[in-house]
This record gives sequence, C-alpha cells and structure tokens, in this order.
Amino acid sequence: MRHVLSVLVENEPGVLSRVAGLFSGRGFNIESLNVATTLDPGVSHMTITTSGDEQIIEQIIKQLRKLITSIKVVDFAELSCVEREMMLIKVQADDARRGEVLRIADIFRCKVVDVSLNDLTLEATGTQEKTQAIINLLARFGIKDIVRTGTLAMRRSMQPDGQQA
Amino acid sequence: MPKELTGAQILLESMYREGVTTFFGYPGGAVIDIYDALADSPLEHILVRHEQGAVHAADGYARASGKVGVCLVTSGPGATNAVTGIATAYADSIPMVIFTGQVSSPLIGNDAFQEVDIVGITRPCTKHNYLVKDLTKLAQTIRQAFYLARTGRPGPVLVDLPKDLMQAKTEFVWPEEVRMRSYNPNYKPNLVQLRRAAELAVEAKRPLILMGGGVVGSNAGPALKRIAERFSIPVVSTLMGLSGFPCTHPLWMGMVGMHGAVYANRALTETDLIIAVGTRFADRVTGKLSVFAKNAHIVHVDIDPTSIRKNVKVDVPVVADCRETLEQLYQVLEACAKTTDFTADHKEWLDRLNMFRQEYPLSYSKNGNIKPQHVIEALSQLAPENTIIATEVGQNQMWSAQFFQFTTPRTWLTSGGLGTMGYGLPAAMGAQCAKPDSLVVNVAGDGSIQMNIQEMATIVENKLPVKVLILNNCNLGMVRQWQELFYAGNYMATCMTGQPDFVKLAEAYGAEGYRIVHESELMETLAKALSSPNPAIIDVHIDREEKVYPMVPAGAALDEMLLT
Ligand SMILES: Cc1ncc(C[n+]2csc(CCOP(=O)(O)OP(=O)(O)O)c2C)c(N)n1
Repeated sequence: MRHVLSVLVENEPGVLSRVAGLFSGRGFNIESLNVATTLDPGVSHMTITTSGDEQIIEQIIKQLRKLITSIKVVDFAELSCVEREMMLIKVQADDARRGEVLRIADIFRCKVVDVSLNDLTLEATGTQEKTQAIINLLARFGIKDIVRTGTLAMRRSMQPDGQQA
Repeated sequence: MPKELTGAQILLESMYREGVTTFFGYPGGAVIDIYDALADSPLEHILVRHEQGAVHAADGYARASGKVGVCLVTSGPGATNAVTGIATAYADSIPMVIFTGQVSSPLIGNDAFQEVDIVGITRPCTKHNYLVKDLTKLAQTIRQAFYLARTGRPGPVLVDLPKDLMQAKTEFVWPEEVRMRSYNPNYKPNLVQLRRAAELAVEAKRPLILMGGGVVGSNAGPALKRIAERFSIPVVSTLMGLSGFPCTHPLWMGMVGMHGAVYANRALTETDLIIAVGTRFADRVTGKLSVFAKNAHIVHVDIDPTSIRKNVKVDVPVVADCRETLEQLYQVLEACAKTTDFTADHKEWLDRLNMFRQEYPLSYSKNGNIKPQHVIEALSQLAPENTIIATEVGQNQMWSAQFFQFTTPRTWLTSGGLGTMGYGLPAAMGAQCAKPDSLVVNVAGDGSIQMNIQEMATIVENKLPVKVLILNNCNLGMVRQWQELFYAGNYMATCMTGQPDFVKLAEAYGAEGYRIVHESELMETLAKALSSPNPAIIDVHIDREEKVYPMVPAGAALDEMLLT
C-alpha cells in the first residue's frame, strides 16, 4: 500500500543521504521524495511517498525515527491530509491540434507557461490521480517532456465541530 | 581574556572530561597535531600496529568495562582500515567513539592526499557520525558523540576532525548538558505492557526467558536472575547474551540457535511464552522463521523499537531499557501472582527440559586426538572466576560458546553480528587494558589469528599478559565443515598448509610459546601457560576432522538439528 510520510529533520549537510541510504540499504522503496526548509531555517521538511505491506511501513517509520537527525515522523495514511503534486508537461501542439490541447488544459485548470510553434508547456497541480489523468489524456498528442515534484502533503486542520475534515 | 586552546587540546580535554583514561590509536599526517598535544595530557594512549586493531581493542575495552571505547586514527587509509572494526561494533551495539583525522577544511572535496569521505563511508555502520566544521562546536560535538554512543541502543559514533581545526585556537567551553531535540531514547517501560506481559507469564505453563546481548549491555544480569529464580523460569541465551546468566545455575538451559544445545532449541520450540530480552531475533537464532516458536506468545523487551516486529510477530512489545524493565516486571509479576507456587507450576516443564539435557547433552567423542571441546573444558576448569574469553570466528568461537562455563557478565567477547575474523586478539588486548587483574584469553583458530597477529607486538610492548589459545586444525575449519556437510567434501581454499610455527612466532614477538600435541600434556602445559605473568601463545594441535555439533543447517527449523 502507498503511504505518504512527513518527516521533519535537522537542516544539516548529509541528512538527505542518511534518509536515502536508509531506504536503499534496507531495500525499501521510494516513489517520491521532496525536501525544503520550513519556517524554522534549522529544520527541513521531507515528504516521502513509499509503499510496502504493513510490517515494512512500520519498519520504515521506526527506522526513520531512529535516525539521530530526524525530529518527527508522521504517517499520513492515518490522518486526513491534503495532497498535491505539481507537474510541468510539454506536449506537441501544432496549429491543427493546439485548440484541443488547450481545451483539455482548461478542463484540468492547467496554466500555459510556455508556448512555441510546435509545442505547449503546461503547469498542472493536483492529486496524483489528476496529474496522471492529464498525462493519459495528452499522451496521444505526443508528450515531449515531463517533470513532477512528487507528492506534497499537509495535515488538515480541525473543523469547527471538532471533527477532522 | 579566557585562555584559548587548540582544537587538539580541546579534543583531549573533552575526552578527559568524558571519563576516558585509555585509548587506542595510530598516528599520521592528519592527526599529528593531536599526538603533539598528547604529550601534555594525562590520557594513556596505546599504539597499535594496525588501525583495525585499534578499533577492536576499543571494542574489547568497552565490552569488558561497560565504558565507552575510544580510538583515534589518521585520515584516508587510517580511516578505511578502521571500517571493519566500526562495522563489528555496530553489529553488536558496542559503545564506542572513533576519532578520524581529515584533510584540512579547504582541501575537503578536492581529492587531496589521504582524503576519503569517511563520514559517507561509515554512515551505514555507525549509530551517527559527524564532520566537525566549526571549532567552536568541537567540544559540544564530542559531548554528543559520547552521549549517543552510550545511551539508548549503544553503538559506535565517528567524529571526523579536519587538520586545520586541530591547529586553530578558540576558547574552550564545556557544555554541562547534552540536549538533542531529535534524540530521546526511552528507558522506562510502559506499565500497561508490563501488566500484559505479567498476565501472560502467570498463565504460561512453559515460559522461557531468551536473553541477548542487550542484557549484558544494560547490566541486566542480576535483575534477570532474580526474576528467573523467583518465578522458576528457565533461561536460554543467544551467542551475544552469554555471560549474562551463570552457566552453572540449575535454570540455565544453554545457548540457542545454529550451534545451540539440543535442549535449548527444544525449549524454544516447545515453550508457550518467550520473554525475549535485549535480542533481535537474528536468523542465526530463529532458524526457519515460519515455524519458529509456533505455539508461543512473545514478550519482546528492547530499547530499540526497530528490533521489535522486524523478524517475528510479537504479542507484547516493551520498548525500554532491559534492566529497568526486568526490575519493574519483577514487581508487577509479584503483584499478579501472590498465591501461586511457581516451582510446582513449572516443575513439569523443567523436568522435561532436564530430560532433554540428559538425553542430548553437549558432547563429543574421544579418539586419541586432542578434541577442541576438551581443550575448552580444560580452560574452563583452570580459569579463575573473572576470566575474560575473547574469540575469533569459526569453530573456535562456537566451541568456546558451548563449552566454557561463564559465570560473570562481561567476560565473553565475540563478534556475533558481523562475525569478524581477526576480532579476538585486539579485543583481548583492549579487555586486558580495562581489566589488568583479570586473566584474558583469546581463543583462536589458526586462520583467524593471522588476521591481526601484528597486535602481539602491541601486547608485548605494553606488558599485557594476554594468552592466545590457538585451536590449530590447519584449516579454515568452519568453512571446511560446511564444505564437508553441504558441498560434498569439495575442500576448495580451506586447507592451510603454510602455517607458521606459532611457538617461534610467539618468541619472535617476545612472548612465551607453548605447543600441545598430545592429550596427556594438555592440563599441565595449559595450566603453566595460563599462570605465566607474560603474554603467551599456546598452539594446540587439535583433531582436524572435528566439527561443531549440534548444527541447524541454514534455513532449517530449530528442531531439525544435525547431531553428529
Ligand atoms: C574477515 C572474515 N573473512 C572471512 C570469514 C568467513 N569465515 C568464517 S569462519 C572461517 C574460518 C575460520 O578459520 P579459523 O580461524 O582457522 O577457525 P576454525 O573455524 O578452524 O576454528 C571463515 C573463513 C569471516 N568470518 N571473516
């Protein structure tokens, strides 16, 4: 099963390789990983998307917690959270097909961020299902390039009735 | 103005404040400033002959004393030579701090002379490691390194020291406290879990304590003994747990695992409750996992949460210090169980195990050649109470584990996790530094001993009366045993015909040399060698065909043992 893990770590050199080494050394799987500093410049936030059965996920979380440089590890599978990924996608779009590509872009609220005679570059944001759907729909036009951030996630806040959304 | 110290002086002063009295090392360009400052320090430095020896010596020192072992090596090849020792300590959770020299800060990353990324290389085999970049953080980093090494699940911590920092000066500020927001090991057991464990223990008809190296590491032996005695629970041990419980005790049921006793593995197979303390259920202990302890509940006590539910399913996990847990468990058990007489309750179970013990004792047959098991029995008989046994790896290690009667914790030093040949001699040397009054014996194979034989020079130079007992079979015996049993006797690359004359070798180093080739000489010569005030090598020519039994073939279940 796919799990999104939120990991707060000390922002110091080598931290990323400690995390990456843990995954590679123990044969765990990383689907995506992103990292950037938080409001506290001494702390970085990593979002790691991984998969495995229950026992493996438990080991991954425990091993991450065991790293001396990790401050907090949360498994979003147990919590309600907002998930987003951003994607830049460059699609072949000559005069004849530009209209159709733009229509699809519009339906998914993609932004056009670059355009040339032969292609369009779109910026798309959404859940992974959404970015995947965009890819599927644009495939037939010819996709020239794709870059994706991988999943970012944030826990949802409490609702006024005290329930988590 | 406050007095300024050089980085080298700060390092030595910090070591001193951490309670270091002796450390092991080898100099080189990147650490020469540290050695320069050492002249004015009260610390005792033991100059080894190979950096691997320094790390194993620090390891043996730590295991024998319970203190943090310390070593210092130079950059590049000095640091890479240390890696096997570091990995050995990591596999066995030994508290240790390794200081490595590094090229000067401006040169780092330039492929400078004797530069390696030792922090990168040792990341997977240290508990944590540091490259010190800021001299004002040096004292704090050292303090953290010692703190990390000795707390929680202990382990080796490496500190990489650029040469320019050792030369530069700054004000020395000693942090009184160590606080790390990202590191907070839990020592206190959870009471709810303790109660659940106690309920299972009260119900159990065939309970068993399985102890591992964590019992020795956390000095939990006495607490464990108290529980075992009060509630009449038999005790088995992993290779790493040996010495944690006296082998002479009626509740002692021996070592489990690949070369464990029949009755010990039988106990693990038939028990209905395993109270596992400070062990990680390694493959050498469990045998085939799918049938391991099928009918048992498992209570698993370990300070490291990653050890729990890694290999076996656990009913009651207790993440806490072994000693504290056992002390509290005693109280909780007592409260749960006032009315029951456990001796009577467990009599049937103990009788059954003792029957197995009688039927399948650890044994060997005599044939006129010297049997290695007999040598270890003789050693066990002759050795005074606090004798420390360090082993190499292979058959010598297993015979020692099976036939030496340990009675005192921290008297058994062996590379259990990594299985490092060449560990024993330097580890014995380190242990002798920590325990100058104890008899320290390195039980060795003729193969392993040659992996760090150079430390004989260190031993002689420092007048350390270490005894090396070579079980000489002119073979890489354990590998040969596998070839005989599982590879149709295809003895590739295990016969060593060019062995040196170990007696002459001992003498060349300035130690005493003894040779035993007939069984009739064994007791007398061994007694003479062991009572010598000098270091000695005792070369015992054993039966070359002898194998270690019982044996659970790799991947087989614990009750599928080969007996002969
Ligand atoms: C550094 C290292 N290299 C290789 C091995 C594999 N190995 C395990 S036991 C063994 C044979 C050891 O022979 P010896 O020291 O003579 O001991 P014996 O088994 O004969 O008692 C070998 C080669 C090892 N454990 N460690």
